[in-house]
Amino acid sequence: MRLPTTSAASSSAAPLPDRKARAAAVASLRLWADRLAPAGAFIVLIVVWEGACRAFHIPSFLLPSPSAIVIAGLDVTAAQWLSNISATLRVAVMGYILAIVVSIPLAVALVNSRFLSRTLYPIIVIVQSTPIVAVAPIIVVTLGASDLPRVVITFLITFFPIVVSTVTGLMATPEELIELSRSLRAGRAREMLHIRLPFAVPYIFSALKISTTLAVIGAVIAEFVAAEHGLGFFIMFSTSFFKIPQAFAGLVVLVAISLGFFRLCTLAQRWLVPWSLPKSQR
Amino acid sequence: MNDHASVIRFADLAQTFGRDDGTAVTALEGVTFDIGRNEFLAVLGPSGCGKSTLLRLIAGLIKPSRGVVSIYDMPVTEPRDEIGIVFQRPTLLPWFDVLGNVTFPLRHKYGRVTADDKTRARDLLALVGLADFAAKRIDELSGGMQQRVAIARALLLDPDILLMDEPFSALDALTRDEMSLELLRIWSERPKTVLFITHSIPEAVLLADRIIVMTSRPGRVREIIDVDLPRPRSIATLSEPKFHALANHIRGELFSRAVA
Repeated sequence: MRLPTTSAASSSAAPLPDRKARAAAVASLRLWADRLAPAGAFIVLIVVWEGACRAFHIPSFLLPSPSAIVIAGLDVTAAQWLSNISATLRVAVMGYILAIVVSIPLAVALVNSRFLSRTLYPIIVIVQSTPIVAVAPIIVVTLGASDLPRVVITFLITFFPIVVSTVTGLMATPEELIELSRSLRAGRAREMLHIRLPFAVPYIFSALKISTTLAVIGAVIAEFVAAEHGLGFFIMFSTSFFKIPQAFAGLVVLVAISLGFFRLCTLAQRWLVPWSLPKSQR
Repeated sequence: MNDHASVIRFADLAQTFGRDDGTAVTALEGVTFDIGRNEFLAVLGPSGCGKSTLLRLIAGLIKPSRGVVSIYDMPVTEPRDEIGIVFQRPTLLPWFDVLGNVTFPLRHKYGRVTADDKTRARDLLALVGLADFAAKRIDELSGGMQQRVAIARALLLDPDILLMDEPFSALDALTRDEMSLELLRIWSERPKTVLFITHSIPEAVLLADRIIVMTSRPGRVREIIDVDLPRPRSIATLSEPKFHALANHIRGELFSRAVA
């Protein structure tokens, strides 16, 4: 994105104030270029994509053009979108919350008890090592046709990073602070609440951010296996009728949900625990 | 300054730690000495001489393998209230402001902080020279300032004994001298029995009434040195001939074996 330089070259003999003003203008231009770079790259990608689809006459069932995706998306009624989006959101959020509610106390228990960490941790790793996509149909058969199996599948795919990160955070507390706590005879419960858990907050939030995308993935996998609505179901349904642009439209909405979810998590961290962020991100 | 009854007493103390591979490491062996009331005692030695172990024994954080540590002639069996600790790193809590960090021991121990406590904490902040910093965030403070907050935190419960584990070793040289003199000022305003662990010879000579020089692996008392430099000490003390004579003597003590 280089600007024509002929004028800059010819002005090298200009008086000093003019050169200063020019330098300032260039600097502010650079700043704007930097700010607009992500959006610019995105627009370029869309334009190249659209252009390639048209120039090479790529059939829409192989790769629909962005305009075809938008048109297909607009063809679907708002009511349909709403019902699918709300179904996926409900499963993702419920699974995510369940994962938080289970994982953090579980991590506290693992850190506090050698027995629990020796017994439960291997089981947790085995659960994590099981391909959830393969287990999903079994869970659906076992738990029946409701949101429950979908929430469980989302939970299973989401909880592991939260447990591992929380355990790491709880163990990362400076030894001196634990000694300070012991020297005050404050007790294990206060040591956990006042020192270890707050120290784990940055670790917990990194895991929560990773888990936002995992929660959406979990909900979609569950909907692939068994659902009557939801974006996962919508994509399956669309592809089975070769409505590829429509499937892509569903995909775009899923990406938007994931991004929004992630953003929400970042904002929550900034509002609730700003100290846990590096100075530049507050 | 050794005219008083002993506050802390080590009697034939030995400390052995078991390692994971089954072998044992002797950190301290046959350590015997007393610390008097309001005495400033420095423990000086190379790394791995068990200096920090000594501190943790007094604090009641670990139990001796052999021998007795007693405070006011009572064997130490668990942590007690009359002790404040300052660690090598300030280890402040980033989610509290400066005042919240100073009052943390009370919040942590009793679950609440009263208005009186806060007033006392503000007085302590004034004492350590941070009167205007009560509402600052921890990451707005320099390393030296953070260590001042840690000192105020250690003084909150008004302990008789202050344990300091190389508190200034992470600071740059200039800040370090400044903090040493500040500590002497604080100590003269609030007399305490201080056990100050260090591996800096000038720091030990500048600060202490007596210096315990330790050997390493296992840690034993090599020599106990009386520092009869007059108080109050200042930056001028650093250039007194007696200061250099003492520092050189200790240097000789510590290095004689290694060089020979």
